[in-house]
Amino acid sequence: MRFRRKTSLAAVAAAGALVALVLAGCSTSNPTASPSSSAAAAKSSQEPIVVGSAAFPENEILAEIYAQALTGAGIPATTHLDIGQRPAYLKAMKEGSIDLVPEYSGNLLQFYNKDTTDKSSAGVFAALQKAIPSSLEVLPEAEAQDRDSYNVTKEFAKKYGLVSLGDLTKAPQPLIVGGNPELGQRPYGLPGLKSVYGVTSTLKPISDSGGPLTIKALQDGTIQVADIFTTTPAITQFVTLKDPKNMVLAQNIVPLIRKSKASAKVKSTLDAVSAKLTTKALIAMNGKSSGSAKESSAQIAKEWLSQEGLD
Amino acid sequence: MIWFANAFAWLADPAHYAGVNGIPVRLGQHVAYTGITLVIAAAVALPLGFLIGHTGKGRSLAVQVSGGLRSLPTLGLVIVLALLLGLGIGAPMIALVILAVPPVLAGAYSGVESVDPRVVDAARAVGMTGWQVLWRVEVPLGLPLVIGGLRSAALQAIATWTVAAVLPLGGLGRYIYDAIATYDYTEMFAGSVLVIVLALVVDGLFAVLQRLVVPRGVVAAGGAPAAVPA
Amino acid sequence: MIWLQQNAGMLWGLTLVHAGLSIPPIILGFVVSLPLGWLAYRFRVPRHAKIAFGGVVLTAGGLLYAIPSLALFMVLPGILGTSILDPVNVEVALTLYAIALMVRTTADALASVEPDVRDSSKALGLSGWQSFWRVELPLAGGPLLAGLRVVSVSTVSLLSVAAVIGVNTLGYLFLDGLQRDFPLEVSVGIVGSVVVAAVFDAVLVLVGRLAMPWQKALRESRLTGVGEAAAS
Repeated sequence: MRFRRKTSLAAVAAAGALVALVLAGCSTSNPTASPSSSAAAAKSSQEPIVVGSAAFPENEILAEIYAQALTGAGIPATTHLDIGQRPAYLKAMKEGSIDLVPEYSGNLLQFYNKDTTDKSSAGVFAALQKAIPSSLEVLPEAEAQDRDSYNVTKEFAKKYGLVSLGDLTKAPQPLIVGGNPELGQRPYGLPGLKSVYGVTSTLKPISDSGGPLTIKALQDGTIQVADIFTTTPAITQFVTLKDPKNMVLAQNIVPLIRKSKASAKVKSTLDAVSAKLTTKALIAMNGKSSGSAKESSAQIAKEWLSQEGLD
Repeated sequence: MIWFANAFAWLADPAHYAGVNGIPVRLGQHVAYTGITLVIAAAVALPLGFLIGHTGKGRSLAVQVSGGLRSLPTLGLVIVLALLLGLGIGAPMIALVILAVPPVLAGAYSGVESVDPRVVDAARAVGMTGWQVLWRVEVPLGLPLVIGGLRSAALQAIATWTVAAVLPLGGLGRYIYDAIATYDYTEMFAGSVLVIVLALVVDGLFAVLQRLVVPRGVVAAGGAPAAVPA
Repeated sequence: MIWLQQNAGMLWGLTLVHAGLSIPPIILGFVVSLPLGWLAYRFRVPRHAKIAFGGVVLTAGGLLYAIPSLALFMVLPGILGTSILDPVNVEVALTLYAIALMVRTTADALASVEPDVRDSSKALGLSGWQSFWRVELPLAGGPLLAGLRVVSVSTVSLLSVAAVIGVNTLGYLFLDGLQRDFPLEVSVGIVGSVVVAAVFDAVLVLVGRLAMPWQKALRESRLTGVGEAAAS
């Protein structure tokens, strides 16, 4: 009899827990969205602007910056972060589940026009405006660039007198270049090194986008040249080889937005952000994310916006 | 269905068989990684499992530890060890051996336990020492289940080395991860087909082995692979 | 740790999504594998047909189980016609694994019920259907639950791999931690996944005790070698 009562209580508890879990799991809220933007959305009655991002920390930070800047200007905005690869979030934009995304001018252009020849920031931006679908538009780009760059250790640069990419021919070929696997096919990757600068190289694929594993590999000599993105905090300890022939595409941070959401107020808010966004600032922000502080994207965005007086 | 056609076209292309990123190289790496994982896991888990099965002691501890190890998410384990121990094959190898131990251990002790106790008694009555009973009676008769454990571990390893290619390793997983970066769905699909075919072939080979090691006149216990595919 | 405190909301959210996406495959897997497992058990010996239909089901299950998860996530879109980054692929894949494992367990569990019991049911006048639901299935409950617990652990653990195709559960912490050189974040993800698996396991054990109150007496009076072997 006592056992019966205990079991029915326990049964209800177990069933309740299970139902709660199922309901919670079925909810469509995105756990990686920042709490501040959801609260802002709740306050307003308008349709919030949904800011999406790709699945890496810097893009998360940029999305947070856009969302918080908009919210600060009185425009409701929420985030839907870490959507995955470009086809995935561009598809989401076409379908309308995402309105705004921080993009990289060069890569975005090449996505729509594989054989583009424009390399400079201005050239890429102009070509981009013509290449993107008519329902989307790109707003003025920031000075900040997150570009591929080829780096060597200070000792290696000193040994062979390396300043720009063309100087790599002075070092024994083939050189071991470390970077993302796609570098083997991209025009600014190994094929480009050969055709533009005459450098022969082999690829050691390291799938962390010039992150900690690539940096360790360059430090300990496993690779001789590393493809590290220009906004990586650790890049400051290496020598970044210059690219006078513009082999590497410009990759300015540019807001890609659905035209229907691009009101004058939205545009001016985002323009103000882009005007102040420099490569140096991004390096610092990335440092806060991957350095010892390990701050969240939302936090980092908040700090930068208030530091620049944009909140 | 068109994806299968594209994938088979990719697999039929001779260009994909040449060079460092070619199919034979990647396949060879994958088989090598898996083989080494099995050897190390067997070296650790077989003696332990035989001991547990033979003495009957430590079984519940083994079950609990195995259960705990099995619940470790493979992607997480592989990444955390790589971050703590650095580049190279060492970190993922440790992770993979840890994950391969439970099925080999279970196969070993259940294999030994599956032997009819009367046969063990008879062996002791004939005058065999504990060691002799283990090596001449229990292990040979329990071999199908032991091999079953190795079979589960092999499948587990093949699957996990695929996932482990999130790190800069070789193996067939390289095709999947590299293709994710270049949005090359055909390569992703083809790479997956390769992994699946390898898994099925290895599974088949072990199944044959399990039947072959049954001593004549004994009905095999035919253990079910109770391990986790990673 | 300060990081844990600051990100508690996000971590809890990811945990809930992880738990939520784990549940359907476990339940569906169990439900679908009951009839399939029964079929496999019932028709395991070739009679009029040349092949044992049951054997075919078990072999198919074994083959399915052998397919590595990441590969299956990639291949399913081609078969189902879904987009490659759709979470449905993950749910289907996990359900397939659950079925593959449970069919075998169900067949074994039903086979473990002693033939004397079946004869007794017939003697009492129970039809085949009644015998299955009221006698054989409850008696097979122990091994069935053990198999279900393995499926549960397996599902929770496998789900995190889906982060590679953008399905953000606790697995997101692994990839983000890799990109930010953040072992703590990865460890938190591992611990979270293990805790979810442990909670599910506890719930299953509780459900087992409630659904089968006779198990305790059975355990004390007879060796349950089958149940423990299935769980190991």
